[in-house]
Amino acid sequence: MSAKPGELLGSGALASAAAGQASRSLWAQAARRFRRNRAAMGSVYILSLIAVTAVLVPMFWPHGIEDASWEKILAPPSFDDWHWFGTDANGRDLLVRVFYGGRISLTIGLLTTMVALSIGVTYGALAGFVGGRTDGFMMRFVDVLYSLPLLFFIILLVTVFGRNIYLVFVAIGAVEWLTMSRIVRGQTLTVKSKEFVESAVAIGMSRSAILARYIIPNVLGPVVVYVTLLIPTNIVIESYLSFIGLGVQEPLTSWGLLISQGSGQLDSAPWLIFFPATLLAITMFCFNFIGDGLRDALDPRDR
Amino acid sequence: MSALIDCEHLEVRFRTEHGDVCAVNDLSFQLEAGECLGIVGESGSGKSQSMLAMLGLLADNGHATGIVRYRGRDILNLSRRELDKLRGDRLAMVFQDALSGLTPTMRIGEQLAESLMRHRGLSRAAAKSRVLEMLEIVKIPAPATRYRAYPFELSGGMRQRVMIAMAMLCQPEVLICDEPTTALDVTVQAQILRLLDGLKRHTGTAIILITHDLGVVAGLCNRVLIMYAGRAVEMGNTADIYSAPQHPYTAGLLRSIPTLKGDPATDLPTIPGQPPSLEQRGPGCAFAERCEHAFDPCTRQTPQLASVGTAHIAACHRLNS
Amino acid sequence: MSAFILRRLLIAIPTVCVIATASFFLMRAAPGGPFDAEADLEPEVLENIRAAYDLDKPLLVQFQIYVSNAIRGDFGPSLVYKDFSVTELVAIGLPVSLQLGAWAMLVALVLGGLAGIIAALRQNRLIDHAIMAMAMTGIAIPSFVVAPILALFFGLYLRLLPVAGWNDGAWQNMVLPVTALALPQVAVIARLVRGGMLEVLRSNFVRTARAKGLPEYRVVSAHVLRSALIPLVGYLGPALAGIMTGSLVIELIFNLPGIGRYFIQGALNRDYPLVMGVVVIYACLIITLNLLSDLAYAALDPRVRRAYR
Repeated sequence: MSAKPGELLGSGALASAAAGQASRSLWAQAARRFRRNRAAMGSVYILSLIAVTAVLVPMFWPHGIEDASWEKILAPPSFDDWHWFGTDANGRDLLVRVFYGGRISLTIGLLTTMVALSIGVTYGALAGFVGGRTDGFMMRFVDVLYSLPLLFFIILLVTVFGRNIYLVFVAIGAVEWLTMSRIVRGQTLTVKSKEFVESAVAIGMSRSAILARYIIPNVLGPVVVYVTLLIPTNIVIESYLSFIGLGVQEPLTSWGLLISQGSGQLDSAPWLIFFPATLLAITMFCFNFIGDGLRDALDPRDR
Repeated sequence: MSALIDCEHLEVRFRTEHGDVCAVNDLSFQLEAGECLGIVGESGSGKSQSMLAMLGLLADNGHATGIVRYRGRDILNLSRRELDKLRGDRLAMVFQDALSGLTPTMRIGEQLAESLMRHRGLSRAAAKSRVLEMLEIVKIPAPATRYRAYPFELSGGMRQRVMIAMAMLCQPEVLICDEPTTALDVTVQAQILRLLDGLKRHTGTAIILITHDLGVVAGLCNRVLIMYAGRAVEMGNTADIYSAPQHPYTAGLLRSIPTLKGDPATDLPTIPGQPPSLEQRGPGCAFAERCEHAFDPCTRQTPQLASVGTAHIAACHRLNS
Repeated sequence: MSAFILRRLLIAIPTVCVIATASFFLMRAAPGGPFDAEADLEPEVLENIRAAYDLDKPLLVQFQIYVSNAIRGDFGPSLVYKDFSVTELVAIGLPVSLQLGAWAMLVALVLGGLAGIIAALRQNRLIDHAIMAMAMTGIAIPSFVVAPILALFFGLYLRLLPVAGWNDGAWQNMVLPVTALALPQVAVIARLVRGGMLEVLRSNFVRTARAKGLPEYRVVSAHVLRSALIPLVGYLGPALAGIMTGSLVIELIFNLPGIGRYFIQGALNRDYPLVMGVVVIYACLIITLNLLSDLAYAALDPRVRRAYR
């Protein structure tokens, strides 16, 4: 019989506590499993490296992101003059622009995910907690929205309200909360009806203790996994918008914008698309490995 | 006389993230044609895994060693093609949970007819008429309508009958029933057991009945094999075992059956403690920590099976001393 | 079954209404009218234009006009493509986008499905790891990165296929766009199908089927596939949405005369009627297609059919 992370965590904790066996805490077990996943651990290091360089490099690099140099238009990558990634059609250094764009892309990814998280968790927890027909109605609404091409709505929102970068956060988040709400609602329902919650109440556990030891860990697991997988999705959405011209605007830059600029020069200056695309891809891979790793750590099944 | 099934030193191991786990350790037994052997043990005693190993149905991380002979032929190392000729035809198995054991997206008629079409080369129509006959034998009402039903549309008892019918269709020589009544309520249990008994008598099929319920065994089986922590601890004729159990575990099991006699105010007798985890196995008898008769050799050396009566063996240091 | 369809319609219709209404009011609430770029016109001319586009009437009247027109399929004139109405533009672009999308969906389902099935049947062997690695790549690398690279490689270097243009739907022009559009979905579908298969292969009824002495191909084709493909059917809706979304960018990159191109231009130039019209039309399309996929779901899983009888 398959067990979801919720079932695994809850029944194990109570069972082993009841049996009086020394039980290694489930979080510790999950952490151990995660640490043994080399792809996931490697991804954590790489991602941290990217994040740190994105913050530090633009601060210390000899070129600014707007420093145009007319002699150096479309120069291929070389070590002289610190143009390691080459230059673009305006003679601007690509490396510093790629890392600066990384800041923006990563920030947008994180912030939009936070927005989606807040809306989704609230909506889902409410639906799950209240239950009954309200729950049914709320989730129907989600079902319907779920299958619509939501990017169209993001574009609609951005068209209407202008290409304000903060608006982009809100627009993406306002549309991406759906799956989060489903997950949270599902977990809330599961936990609500679990026997171990009843037993905990029966043996006199305080509500805050139940909340802390059973409810939150069970809801948190899948949410954390999904958040890790949502961040790259949102980064791609931002890249997509920027690619079309509706996202980040000059003088700011992001990976999507850089890729868009680079795709026009593919045959003459392939480095323009290569570097931002590679960094985007690496970031995506890392988040995916971490998300998979978290999922396997919290719900170990033969995958 | 060679036995129908001859199992020698069967061992089943599983590879897990914590290392190798031995689920079945040095199991040997024989099954004669037409007899009913009961295998009794708690969860984790290895009773199901040993049968799954025999039929090549272990999970991917499981590995079986030893010799299992069916009519003198080693079936443990057969190729898939050879094994498929035997499975469902000469050797059949009925599983515990019929709801998860039947394909939810396929009508039961088709699931039943499949084995006949495969093993006997029957056409769909010919298979269907045989299936309908069998459904009547297992006492499923309105078989013609039920033929087109999906598993979820039947009750638990009916599903189990369907499983049994499915196994019996090709008239196997050996029928292995893995806890066929555990998931059912008591009245239905009795019906299923009667059904098995009737089948045994009419078709002469040998039955291996896996259960944790001693009452079930008493009514149906000629011989009993008691397993604990992956090993056989006692084996013999049902009557002998029930009247004079030799192994402390068997004695404990029999003692813990609630009876109508006895003082209702006293606690029910139990065997204290828990079965050992299969991952941490030290030397000595696996039952030692729960045994009231344990003495020095019990924690140092694994007891071997030895004769304690006619066709009666048990593995206990006390009996050999 | 008709009760099932009716229930879905009852949800679908209000959804479209809500979307249309929301779009309408969003448009009107937008800062700056649609003629900001041409603000150097004389006020009288501006007034005339506003009257011609009904922008001088009260908001609710505008809405009423809009709805009654929309039901008749008239979404008003495009503000940017001055000689065309929105409906006309959609009519020009829709066949292109539909062909692109339909082919991409087909390719995604077939390739993704096969890849997932093979990966599951050969779990943990080389082919499984290879397929999963490619799937991971397909998910990580967005289509607007893959598309130009494909165009460069097959178009410019190998000179096998045309780099851009529709050419009235010639198959050579379709290969690259369809591939680029399908790849992300192939990746997701492969993972989904593999997961579904692995789960079913572990189940008790598969063990029963094997215990009956059925050969593996029969076990897989008759017992496993139907149950394993159920999660795929559940994904059809989002897959379609993904393809629709992807088509915007693909049409842009390969210069195909589909709705996507008009839509993006409309968005960049604040052509409200066009953007709104496309959103509503696409929403209707997707809801219809989702209804079909729900029917497919019921056809596959008898338990669902039971619930709706």
